[in-house]
Amino acid sequence: MLRLERRPEASQTMSYVSPLIAIVLMLVGGLVLFAALGKNPLEGFKVFFVNPISDLYGVSELLLKATPLMLCAVGLAIGFRANVWNIGAEGQLIVGAIAASAVALHFYGSEGGAHVLILMVVAGCIGGMLWAAIPAFLKTYFNTNEILVSLMLVYVAQLLVSWLVHGPMMDPDGFNFPQSRLFEDSALLPILLEDTRLNIAFTFALGALVVGYIFMFRSFAGFQMQVAGFAANAARYAGFSAKRMVWIGLMSGGAMAGLAGMSEVAGPMGQITEHVSNNYGFAAIIVAFVARLNPVGIFFASLLMALLYLGGEQAQQYLNLPSSISNVFQGMLLMFLLGSDVFINYRLRWKEARA
Amino acid sequence: MDILTSILFATIVAGTPLIIVALGQLIAEKSGVLNLGAEGMMAMGAIAGFAVTLHSGSPWLGVLAGMAAGAVMSFIFAIVVLTLMGNQVASGLALSILGVGLSAFIGKPYEAEILQTVSAIRIPLLADIPIIGEALFNQQALVYFSWALFGGIVWFLYRSRPGLVLRAVGESPHSAHSIGYPAIRIRYMATIFGGAMAGIGGSFLSVFYTPLWVEGMVAGRGWIAIALVVFATWRPFRVLVGAYLFGGVMVAQLFVQGSGLEINIPSQFLSALPYLATIVVLVIISRDQNTVRLNAPVSLGQPFRPEA
Repeated sequence: MLRLERRPEASQTMSYVSPLIAIVLMLVGGLVLFAALGKNPLEGFKVFFVNPISDLYGVSELLLKATPLMLCAVGLAIGFRANVWNIGAEGQLIVGAIAASAVALHFYGSEGGAHVLILMVVAGCIGGMLWAAIPAFLKTYFNTNEILVSLMLVYVAQLLVSWLVHGPMMDPDGFNFPQSRLFEDSALLPILLEDTRLNIAFTFALGALVVGYIFMFRSFAGFQMQVAGFAANAARYAGFSAKRMVWIGLMSGGAMAGLAGMSEVAGPMGQITEHVSNNYGFAAIIVAFVARLNPVGIFFASLLMALLYLGGEQAQQYLNLPSSISNVFQGMLLMFLLGSDVFINYRLRWKEARA
Repeated sequence: MDILTSILFATIVAGTPLIIVALGQLIAEKSGVLNLGAEGMMAMGAIAGFAVTLHSGSPWLGVLAGMAAGAVMSFIFAIVVLTLMGNQVASGLALSILGVGLSAFIGKPYEAEILQTVSAIRIPLLADIPIIGEALFNQQALVYFSWALFGGIVWFLYRSRPGLVLRAVGESPHSAHSIGYPAIRIRYMATIFGGAMAGIGGSFLSVFYTPLWVEGMVAGRGWIAIALVVFATWRPFRVLVGAYLFGGVMVAQLFVQGSGLEINIPSQFLSALPYLATIVVLVIISRDQNTVRLNAPVSLGQPFRPEA
């Protein structure tokens, strides 16, 4: 019968092939899903995966959607490498967006100038970091599980933004709609490509990937975090400060998520509403895993995940399916990945049934 | 009903899904499996329960469907972490994301529907006790079920042989395996039981509590239930008490109204209380490292593979 047999050592090749297997399985799962819904699978495939990027505008939208994912995922990956499980990027993104919006609204009606955007970037990062500082503080001082705390704070952040756009941040001339004023031009990120919505936040994201890469693979702190992730005891004996790693992990995640929030309100949204995040904080967790916590991988995985978002929108428009089909694909992808990761440490072998 | 009775009533109703889900997780964790997918399993239980109740007209079939949905979800999780030895934390997260997404997808056509309210079951005599009678003994069937589940689990864990084996697997799967117990199969069963309970808890929300379906209606209760198990230091009685404490926090709105004070608190602040309370109790319980370490099943979250 077919048995799993432990490999003598973990397979490097498989650790890169496994995400590809997962993607293929997800695509197959998608075809099955379309068929099960009574849609032509190939037609569905085309609408979902090909149509969104069939012209330049589509590609620019893909890069626009990938921007917050890259930012969040690279920040999270730094922590994940040291087993710091910040899963509250969604909340940190929202608080970053709130902080950036507060700056934008503060300068509303003033002269404007470059300082507005710069302050918004700073505020976004600080907002995200403050939100991430709560689990970091509780983890380092009270040993509280960062998974649950960072996650609970997502719900709190959602309620916070809901209160703000129903109250203090509500557009005074907006007929009581729960949204802020539209930001002035001085509070909007410059567009990169004419006639598209792609803005310079995309270059922030690329920069973050480069900085993240240097930190992970060229800095001593990055090395320490890597060691801690592989062998916590070894890191402890070597005298690496576990508390410092928790802080670095959560602060990088918070700052990047906050910046992603800023790039949403100062980019495609141009205001703050209750729905400031499109689940980017959670999708970024999947991105980080599929990318093997590697910035190069994050670039490609973010594009894939962004395509799933766009595909969902297309499926809603042309196939009459709920756009939450994107989340189904995202969940499938991560589940398949974790399953096929077994082949990194194990291989399949035929074995005679034992007598 | 006077205000005290109605607060007590609402607290018990709000605590019930937490009890059911957390007790299911408790069993899974006692076997050494940490399934962070409770939120996703509840969401699937909620939509399955709602859809089946709507089509069949029977809330009981709905609860069964919810249970089945939760069990199927946890079975997928079990394959990934037990057979394929995937990382339990990451796989649980994936299950949550998948369940929340899939339920939203399936549930889209049901968003405008509403179910008939299921009438409560009144227990004669007991329900006549002043103040607490109406609150405790004129309740939905699943409230009584949660108490029976509690009793059954206490008996199972501490008074029955299979319960002892389950705990042994959670403490040391290698030892349990070496004396001949099928550790993996036991973990499978415990995990699926946890999923089934999460599914029932989810169906309680959509079939009895609201009774309607909205995307995201589980609203973190799955995560709160997981926190509750830690807070209860893996003891069923503390799960029960903790769940009602959280239930009380969830219906804080009623307390404010009941107090008769003219305070104007934005509703979002009251809604945030359960999440903040979760953080507070986690801090309290984990402040002393030993509290968690001494009570958690030793092999919790660790993969196990018998080396043949």
